[in-house]
Amino acid sequence: MSRYVLSRIGQAVLVLWAAYTVTFVILYLLPSDPVAIMLSANNVEVDSLTAEQRDAAVARLGLDRPVWEQYLGMLGAALRGDFGTSFAKQIPVSELLAQRLPATVTLSAVAVGFALVGGVATAFGATLLPRGRVASFVRRLPAAGVSVPNFWIGLLLIQVFAFTLGWFPAMGSEGWQSYVLPAVTMAIPTAAVLAQVLIRSFDDTLDEPYIATARAKGLSRFAVQVRHAFRNAALPTLTILGLLVGATVTGSIVVETVFSRHGVGRLAQESVLAQDIPVVQAIVVLAAAAFVVVNLIVDLLYPLLDPRIARTPRVSRA
Amino acid sequence: MTDLLEKPAVDVRIERTDAAPAATAPLAASSAKRSRSRGPIAALLRRPGVVLALAIVLFALLTAVVPQLFATHDPTATAPADRLLPPGFAHWFGTDEVGRDLYSRVVHGSTLTIAATALAIGIALVGGLALGVFAGFVGGTADAAIMRVVDVFLAIPGLLLALAIVTALGFGTLPVAIAVGVGIIPGFARTTRAEVLRVKTLPYIEAARAGGASWGRILFTHVLPNSWGPVVVLAVLDFGAAILAVAALSFLGFGAAPPAAEWGTLISNGRNYLVTAPWVSLLPGLFVAAVVLSLNHLAKSLEEVQR
Repeated sequence: MSRYVLSRIGQAVLVLWAAYTVTFVILYLLPSDPVAIMLSANNVEVDSLTAEQRDAAVARLGLDRPVWEQYLGMLGAALRGDFGTSFAKQIPVSELLAQRLPATVTLSAVAVGFALVGGVATAFGATLLPRGRVASFVRRLPAAGVSVPNFWIGLLLIQVFAFTLGWFPAMGSEGWQSYVLPAVTMAIPTAAVLAQVLIRSFDDTLDEPYIATARAKGLSRFAVQVRHAFRNAALPTLTILGLLVGATVTGSIVVETVFSRHGVGRLAQESVLAQDIPVVQAIVVLAAAAFVVVNLIVDLLYPLLDPRIARTPRVSRA
Repeated sequence: MTDLLEKPAVDVRIERTDAAPAATAPLAASSAKRSRSRGPIAALLRRPGVVLALAIVLFALLTAVVPQLFATHDPTATAPADRLLPPGFAHWFGTDEVGRDLYSRVVHGSTLTIAATALAIGIALVGGLALGVFAGFVGGTADAAIMRVVDVFLAIPGLLLALAIVTALGFGTLPVAIAVGVGIIPGFARTTRAEVLRVKTLPYIEAARAGGASWGRILFTHVLPNSWGPVVVLAVLDFGAAILAVAALSFLGFGAAPPAAEWGTLISNGRNYLVTAPWVSLLPGLFVAAVVLSLNHLAKSLEEVQR
């Protein structure tokens, strides 16, 4: 048991380190002229510089050192929680993230809550309703939720609920009302995926003999589904929890831009526009960390919920 | 992101339908399959939903290739007197803030968006096939190393990986296409590798080897043609998701520079007029939603037929 835990933790750390390395390679080695990007992000007019001025600026930013030295130095600093200084805003990245993170975490938590409720309700509706037009409509809902652009849903909600009905504010982050529209927008694609997996899983579980037994004992369909089918059908959805968190994190980029909220997602959009490399790297690594940690928790919880898993290695990590 | 979940289930199913007949009686199976595939596809075409979806997808593809045939106006011609007109007979989708015809702009936007999407899928296909075939065929340490890298890429949410790549490469249709394409390579690599590993163990590979064929010849004439089927299916499935990713990136402002307009840029531009002229943003968005929904519906119906 403890070996299982240790190997899972070791894997998670390894994946996180590799994610850091991948972002370093993309952001610092891929650009044809990283120096120019960084200098212009630092408000230096690249074209007007003489060769000496350019060299001085490069030395000031530490870009004249060999690549591996830069990499090791930055990795060491990142391990101590120091992700460098934002080019565009000239304040430490960690400080910037600390300012922006609470808003995004709260919004994501509300959105995940909405997604769980919406996804489970849709799955129950699709499998419990008597076969017919309504049931097949509910069954098709998740496919629509996956296909419709997230930012378009946001704009539609703003148009209907903020401008036409005036129930919720269109932007800003004051009061609980301001959370409703962005959280619903973020929740829709996540809920759709959850519902798809859960419906498939319900369809399989409801064919099991023990369901027939429970029905034969005189339990209602609803009682059977809630008490007997749901716990077993919900297990596969646990494996996609990490994926759902990833979807929520990326959803925040678009949603915070649509609703003009000041969170990490908005920061990501602004930083890419400004080519603010340290901030982009920190956000990508942070998102990967969230994904890895959630997957680790799921991996560690799984044997407790389904003892069959404990010994046999899982074939694929979703 | 979301369709990642669908992939394994889909692939397994397709593998199964292909593998079972191929292993037993290849000749009989191939003719049976041909007659079988003609029937269900004809049946599919009798379903109104499928026909409608097919029509929408074909329309989008055609507008991407020859937008001038479908546009009713010049997409860049401004007419300040006609600014922010609601949809009507003269302007099907209405007009934008400088009086340009929105329908024509959407139709011309197809070219950029569909081209970016096709390029992204092309990159994913080539990269994924190469990595997957190499990993599956060579095996051993190389396989393990490549698959670990693929796992790492899967741990970084797709849109964020794309953002990192766009930061490094700059803005425009091409960087966006590359960013989206690289983001979906891992899925393709995994699927291809699984297929190659399956094909590699089949008797005809052994027979070819025994017949004296070189590894290169076996790879290109036996393994590759027999393992890329599921990958192509995956490409069709991923087309809708890639359109959404491209649209999202151009919505965030990383796409083509104005006045050229991708679908995402059009939706984004309309945000400023949401109160007075909601159609400027909502109608192009509805068009994108219809195209992606149709693609997914087609992919799903095809998948049902193959079951």
